[in-house]
Amino acid sequence: MKVPISWLEEYVPVTLPLDDLAHRLTMAGTEVVSIDTTLSFEGVVVGLAKEVGPHPNADRLRLVQVDAGDETLEVVCGAPNVATGQKIAFARIGSVLTDAHTGEERKLKRSKIRGVTSNGMVCSERELGMSDEHEGILVLPEGAPIGMSLGEYLGETLLDLELTPNRPDCLAVMGVAREVAALTGETATPPSIEYPEHGPDIATLAKVEIEDLDLCRRYTATLIQGVKIGPSPDWLADRLRAIGERPINNVVDVTNYVMFELGQPLHAFDFDSLSEGRIVVRRARPGETLLTLDGETRELTDDNLMIADAGKPIGLGGIIGGTESGITGSTTSVLLEAANFDGPNNRRSASKFGIRTEATLRFEKNLRPELAEYGVRRATKLILEVAGGTVASGIIDEWPDKAGAVQVVELPANAIERLLGVSYESGVVISTFEGLGMEVVSNNGAYSVTPPYWRPDIGIPEDLIEELARVIGYEKIPTTGITGSVPVWEPNPDRVLREAMKNILSRFGMQETISYSLTTPEAEAHARPPGHGLQPLQVMNPLSAEHATLRTTLRHSILTVLSRNARIWRGPLWMFESGRVYLDRGEGVGLPDEPEKFVGVVAGPRSDLEWMSGEPESSDFYDAKGIVESLLSEFGVTASFVPVEENTFEPGRCAQIVIPSAGRAVIGVLGEVASDVLSTFDIDTAPVAMFELDVEAIARLPELQSLGQQDYVPFGRFPDSSRDLALVIDDNAPAADVLALAERNRLVVSATVFDVYQGDAIPSGKKSLAVRVVYQAPDRTLTADELIKAENSILRALEHNFGAELRAR
Amino acid sequence: MCEPSGDMIKLAESVNNSKGDGAGPSAEDRITAVRDAGLLALSASETADALQEWRNQYIGRSGEVTLLLRGVGSLPAEQRAVFGQAANRLKNELEAAYDQREAVISAFTGPVGTIDVSLPGRSPAGGRLHPITQTIREITAAFGAMGFQTFEGPEVELEGYNFDAMNIPSDHPAREMFDTFWLDRVDEDGNNNLLLRTHTSPMQARIMETHEPPIRVVVPGRCYRYEATDASHEWHFNQVEVMAVDECITFADLKGTLYEFARRVFGAERKVRFRCDFFPFVEPGVDMSVDCFNCDGDPACRICRGSGWLEILGAGMVHPEVLRRAGYDPDRYTGFAAGMGVERVAMLKHGIDDIRHFYTNDMRFLSQF
Repeated sequence: MKVPISWLEEYVPVTLPLDDLAHRLTMAGTEVVSIDTTLSFEGVVVGLAKEVGPHPNADRLRLVQVDAGDETLEVVCGAPNVATGQKIAFARIGSVLTDAHTGEERKLKRSKIRGVTSNGMVCSERELGMSDEHEGILVLPEGAPIGMSLGEYLGETLLDLELTPNRPDCLAVMGVAREVAALTGETATPPSIEYPEHGPDIATLAKVEIEDLDLCRRYTATLIQGVKIGPSPDWLADRLRAIGERPINNVVDVTNYVMFELGQPLHAFDFDSLSEGRIVVRRARPGETLLTLDGETRELTDDNLMIADAGKPIGLGGIIGGTESGITGSTTSVLLEAANFDGPNNRRSASKFGIRTEATLRFEKNLRPELAEYGVRRATKLILEVAGGTVASGIIDEWPDKAGAVQVVELPANAIERLLGVSYESGVVISTFEGLGMEVVSNNGAYSVTPPYWRPDIGIPEDLIEELARVIGYEKIPTTGITGSVPVWEPNPDRVLREAMKNILSRFGMQETISYSLTTPEAEAHARPPGHGLQPLQVMNPLSAEHATLRTTLRHSILTVLSRNARIWRGPLWMFESGRVYLDRGEGVGLPDEPEKFVGVVAGPRSDLEWMSGEPESSDFYDAKGIVESLLSEFGVTASFVPVEENTFEPGRCAQIVIPSAGRAVIGVLGEVASDVLSTFDIDTAPVAMFELDVEAIARLPELQSLGQQDYVPFGRFPDSSRDLALVIDDNAPAADVLALAERNRLVVSATVFDVYQGDAIPSGKKSLAVRVVYQAPDRTLTADELIKAENSILRALEHNFGAELRAR
Repeated sequence: MCEPSGDMIKLAESVNNSKGDGAGPSAEDRITAVRDAGLLALSASETADALQEWRNQYIGRSGEVTLLLRGVGSLPAEQRAVFGQAANRLKNELEAAYDQREAVISAFTGPVGTIDVSLPGRSPAGGRLHPITQTIREITAAFGAMGFQTFEGPEVELEGYNFDAMNIPSDHPAREMFDTFWLDRVDEDGNNNLLLRTHTSPMQARIMETHEPPIRVVVPGRCYRYEATDASHEWHFNQVEVMAVDECITFADLKGTLYEFARRVFGAERKVRFRCDFFPFVEPGVDMSVDCFNCDGDPACRICRGSGWLEILGAGMVHPEVLRRAGYDPDRYTGFAAGMGVERVAMLKHGIDDIRHFYTNDMRFLSQF
């Protein structure tokens, strides 16, 4: 909403400097986005021609000394009418002007004209783009202040307001004036609605019936006969232009003007086009159509409120008029409508037809019916002034149910202090409310308040308290801390676990990423976990085809991110995402499941390039596995990795993550991403290891239930001994089983593989494992004999279970 | 599969030798030979480097004593114990001799020499959390210090919670503020009432329905709005909702709590401004700004655009209708609520000029936080 200051000043004195006024309005809820001018001439100011003299090298040119406020500059000027003492439009170097010859916009440069440097230009109207006049310069009135920007001087200053949807009153200059009055202690004076009524009684000429009272509470109309349609006078056309509206003709312009002045939308019908001089306000009948003023034929249904005459639709109530009943150059009688239409219905119809008019913008906010009469009388007065004619006596006023009018709001004693935390003397409260146009009756600290009809947003005590607070100023309300008891602590283990997992993964060198949760089934299909029977949830109105369904896996998200970064990032491509997937539970059963998942990828070099290690090796499956194992071990969880085949992963290089301590619960999967999947995602880095973990499954593990409460286990005080074994075993025997068997010996503290070898010295189908076994007893230092006995017993068990042969130790 | 290590080759040779044709030296002889040679070589070691070399040759991981010990298993069973003990004695003796010699050498040789301290150190692995995660944590921690507990809720939401419970009935013009993604699921009555939540505010209702007052909660989460993406708008974003409800929560408490939050997150020197604003689920409504930390009233400031203030959050006293719908008696309880955009907070804090950076996940962006 744009509000010209001169228009505002018709209803309220503007006593504050504009910046201060803008601040007050903004703080009180009517945000002033900017203070603009209707005209803008970049770099052009009001100047004074201090001295005009001859050009040394040209008879027809003059040298002008221009006082531009902060400096005096010499300018070459060719206009015949320039004279000493004139106020002129002075363009500084850098101004954007219209070229007087070509009509194109150009930036003014410093130039030499016949040997004399010109430091700017004295402008004609043509150069300013104001008209085609370029014979002489534009001479400004004597009082023009030197140095003021020309736009500010010639144009209209406007407040550009950003309004909240609860304040339809401020969609009118008069409403803003009332706001200014309340905030500055001034009084707002509404415009006159007095006019002479010389015509016959309107009831004898026209008739209005409201059939559907639920959609139209009040309908007022006047009839003006003998009008002369033509262009609006300058004051009216200029005002409309200043706020960005296009003038049409005097009658239509008045209806627009009054809408912006008072907030009441109006419509003018050509009375002679109305069958039987009758207006019927009713729902449309099936099959009815209407050619509207924008040239479209609208097909109507009984959801649309029509303005009809005795026979046919003539307008879409409160949205747009019909062509046939519109004002034309030959119209002589005008039926002027100001009605109160139902907000929600108006809004629905407007959006159905895709018409967003200024009228709907106001009606949808539930205007009060009282406004209609004021609007119709004001517009009638102005039409008589700008288009002549005679008005019929009286107005048509169909308002069968006045009960919906303004209600009294009771503000109980102490309600203000209870909500704001501060109390105010009744004098302050009453004068604030009265300043806003309310009627106040005070009774022992309580108040009965009647809001004015232009404030439909005020209906409950809290609304009144906001009015008080915002007019006094939020900044004046004290600042305190919450008192009272602190709520009972409620543990949220899944969230705590998720956040801890993020910390651990980032500590392990992984970068967290966050992707959109909307995708497409096609994109997900390339890397979908098995067992997804249900279709993804679909968005009915996606913004783009690539974000149409809710994701059911994070695999697609992380592989997309990897693909993007593989080309641009030289360091390790170790990344994870923590987020939800959305699993439909079927129609009609409410919300889907939104389980939390983690997915990680490990690719690219294992570290950044470093001087001590040369070119880093490529990261692989075992980096990812180490991350998963170490992550779980932070929670005291030990996993088994069980080979499994899955489409996303390379055959023979994928494992389920199984927790033996929890009944072999599966908490996720780990593997090397299959090469065809990598090429689908356009990833040319290989190998790519990926893991996926289920947060809820981890949170349910027994180890997590006692996290942070584990008992201390004394560590051995006697020295340990380590011995190495080189074993040759079957190629397909899992190393983990070899270690587990060794660790079953009661003297063994740990068994660790430190080398795996297959090659010339090893028979095919076999592999060599080098294992370091650490022995320790809690109560003594082990003797060499004990060590050897223990080792031999381990060797026998390994030979028995895996056919292991000792290669060396 | 890796290459065989040098260690493994030596080990294999030593085993082969000991298993040869029986013509090799006896076990005891070999121990004596190693002992004599080792002690001699040790006494000849004059520098730290030479000492280190000796250590590798005799008692290191692939040193001769270690090889002797590893050879124990290949001996006939009856010899193993004796030989093993002897080899371990030798190991202890040589280690003791080494320790003595090392003490002597370091006493006489002084410093070990200089290194290029300008060479980069070995980097520990370094991943980072996404700036959105970091910002959410910062916000929730600031409120957490004031007794607010973190909750989360569903992103796929019912129309009733997202709008009606928040005092935004259908056909209300305020719905204009929330362009919505709807899902193609219908309820028992055939209504499309599932949507992607447009704000975290529906959690106000969900929490009140399941909890008794007093309530102090902070609720981070993803939200969605059907709007075109540009440098400052995303259809996919995060909000943090804040709510306190009890018998005596006031507007002054709202100001105090949010002021404290702003100081913690944006700095103790920040000025904070509260102005009137409208949201359907609060009354009175508040907009909170902090003074621009980029400029000193520069009209061309690219962050505050010359206004000097940065809008941080919308807030207000919980609307009595919201309390009533959630089953709370508005005559007994009052509360305040606030909601803020996480991306906006992160952008302001870090001077990020384009919201689209957050979900592009470019490592060159992410690695900066």
